[in-house]
Amino acid sequence: MTTMQNAGSHGPRRGSAVSSLVSMARQLAVPGLIAAIVTGIAFATTRLSGPFGMFVLWAACSLLGLYVFTRRSQGRMAATDAVASVTLGFAALLVVTALGFIVGFVLLKAIPFVRLNFFTQTLEGIDPDSPATQGGALHAIVGTTAQVLIATLISLPFGVLTAVYLNEIGGRLAGVVRVVIDAMSGIPSVVAGLFIYSIWVVQGGFGYSGLAAGLALAVLMLPTVARTTEEMLRLVPGGLRESALALGAPEWRTALQVVLPTAKVGIVTAVILGIARVAGETAPLLMTAFGNDRVNVVQTATEPQSALPLFVYQQFTSAQGSAVDRAWVGAFVLIALVLVLFLIARVIGRSKTARL
Amino acid sequence: MASLMVMGLIAVFLVVQAIPALRTAGLSFFTTNDWRPDDDPATFGIASMLWGTFVIAAIALVIAVPISIGTAVFVNEYLPSALKRSFVSVLDLLAAVPSLIFGLWGLFFLQPRLSGTSRWLADWVGFIPIFKGNGIYTSSMFISGVVLAIMIVPIITSVSRAIVAEVPRSLSEAALALGGTRWGMIRQVVLPYSRGGLVGASMLGLGRALGETIAIALILSFDFTRSLHILQPGGASVAGTIALRFPEALDAGRSALSAAGLTLFVVTLLVNMAARSVVARTNRRRGGGAEATGAKGRA
Repeated sequence: MTTMQNAGSHGPRRGSAVSSLVSMARQLAVPGLIAAIVTGIAFATTRLSGPFGMFVLWAACSLLGLYVFTRRSQGRMAATDAVASVTLGFAALLVVTALGFIVGFVLLKAIPFVRLNFFTQTLEGIDPDSPATQGGALHAIVGTTAQVLIATLISLPFGVLTAVYLNEIGGRLAGVVRVVIDAMSGIPSVVAGLFIYSIWVVQGGFGYSGLAAGLALAVLMLPTVARTTEEMLRLVPGGLRESALALGAPEWRTALQVVLPTAKVGIVTAVILGIARVAGETAPLLMTAFGNDRVNVVQTATEPQSALPLFVYQQFTSAQGSAVDRAWVGAFVLIALVLVLFLIARVIGRSKTARL
Repeated sequence: MASLMVMGLIAVFLVVQAIPALRTAGLSFFTTNDWRPDDDPATFGIASMLWGTFVIAAIALVIAVPISIGTAVFVNEYLPSALKRSFVSVLDLLAAVPSLIFGLWGLFFLQPRLSGTSRWLADWVGFIPIFKGNGIYTSSMFISGVVLAIMIVPIITSVSRAIVAEVPRSLSEAALALGGTRWGMIRQVVLPYSRGGLVGASMLGLGRALGETIAIALILSFDFTRSLHILQPGGASVAGTIALRFPEALDAGRSALSAAGLTLFVVTLLVNMAARSVVARTNRRRGGGAEATGAKGRA
């Protein structure tokens, strides 16, 4: 256990931290093996099935084994420490494997049916029983693009203005605004959908449309953009601000001409993260965009429109064999879109921090 | 300012939309289990949904909170800083996966692999009411809760990590210097010191879980009863019902769904506000009597 004690808690002593991980793995070998045998017996005798039950049982048995072994050789405190360390490690491992399984499974389900026509055709005139390689989601991709664009156009100015207000101007109301932004980021997406349904579709009398969907997504995107932009503004060195003020620039010009341009890259990151958050939203679209089998660009503001998540959901709930396969392709495109957006944000963000 | 207005508008317009339904149902809206707002006479209420929402959220929290806090502590105290950054990316990615994908994955990947475990639980501990089985172990609140747990792990973990990272190094290094093991340091210093913040982080996860829609709508087989048997099919959730019933609902039904949405809005708002204030209070208290708190934790 000496390696574990030596490794500093927060320090960058990488070698010792890695070796503590390695020693954790080594200590686990023998108990892990015994636990595997016990788990096997439990499976054979108690009708336990399923890999998750197996994993939990195996993990519990190995930890017990680890405790017993370490306690015999190194005493009670070292044994508790070893068990706790390995348990924490299991928790972290679980999170990583979950992401791997999700992405991997969607990939596995979708790959056999990915064809180019998914991006060039629509569902118009596609029979329920035609194979999944026919027909496509062009209308949905177009719809998602339009809706996300609308959401961005609305949430970008409001989000940035809110962030500027919070970070540059402040004042007594800033605290209230921050609380409200926090509360807004906790709004369930379905409630945002109901809200736009009420204010726009029914009371406004505008009916279902891509524009309504864009509005609902804007409600969800605004807090993300505002929060992330605020964090980015905080990275702008105070010296820049003070120089501008010292040159006699009023507060608003400092914010507009000095702070915002400096944080430009950060704001782009904020928008991309906001898009990644809302592009996959399904629930609010059910009551705003409503869905459509045809490409709808010109009438985005007045007619129902499809969207990628809506396409996946509707294809999936229609429950015909080929429609479900088509839904998987849609899910794959959706997850790829979100991951790519995310990576772009990361890359931009990294170059930004490198520059500052 | 715009955000203030939006929040106000949300409340106002949900109320406007919900009034016809609330007028029909009156107080029975909160006590009725059934959901048939378009029938004549209409009987509907959110009792069973609200119940299901909280049961599923509770299952999710029971699974997600230990995993999240464990992960947060592990990332902070064990991982070298290079790995730490990539792990945070993994968390952010997991948070960015759309809930629709979680739902599909839960239904097609997790459910077939989890129902055997459900059956095993029912076979061996079925005498405890909540684990009672009836032979079918799919589309249950348990499976929904497990999927939801994975969905809320990122938010709880990232908030917890920020809180755990703020434990003063002087305190944790003092514990190690006194000859404590690393776990001893975590249990005696890190966890007591950040307890309040960790509660707040879990409550943020709860707020997220209460509002989760599509994943539950896909996995759960909805019936509007107040059931405690989490391994059996059935149960309901407020958000899931809104998504599932909305497309085919008539005017009365949509008004009723808006009333349900209003309730959900109020509940999540309260939970989130409470969570934020708990986190904020922890930070404030740290500003003042930080060292004292840590010392008490060790004694």
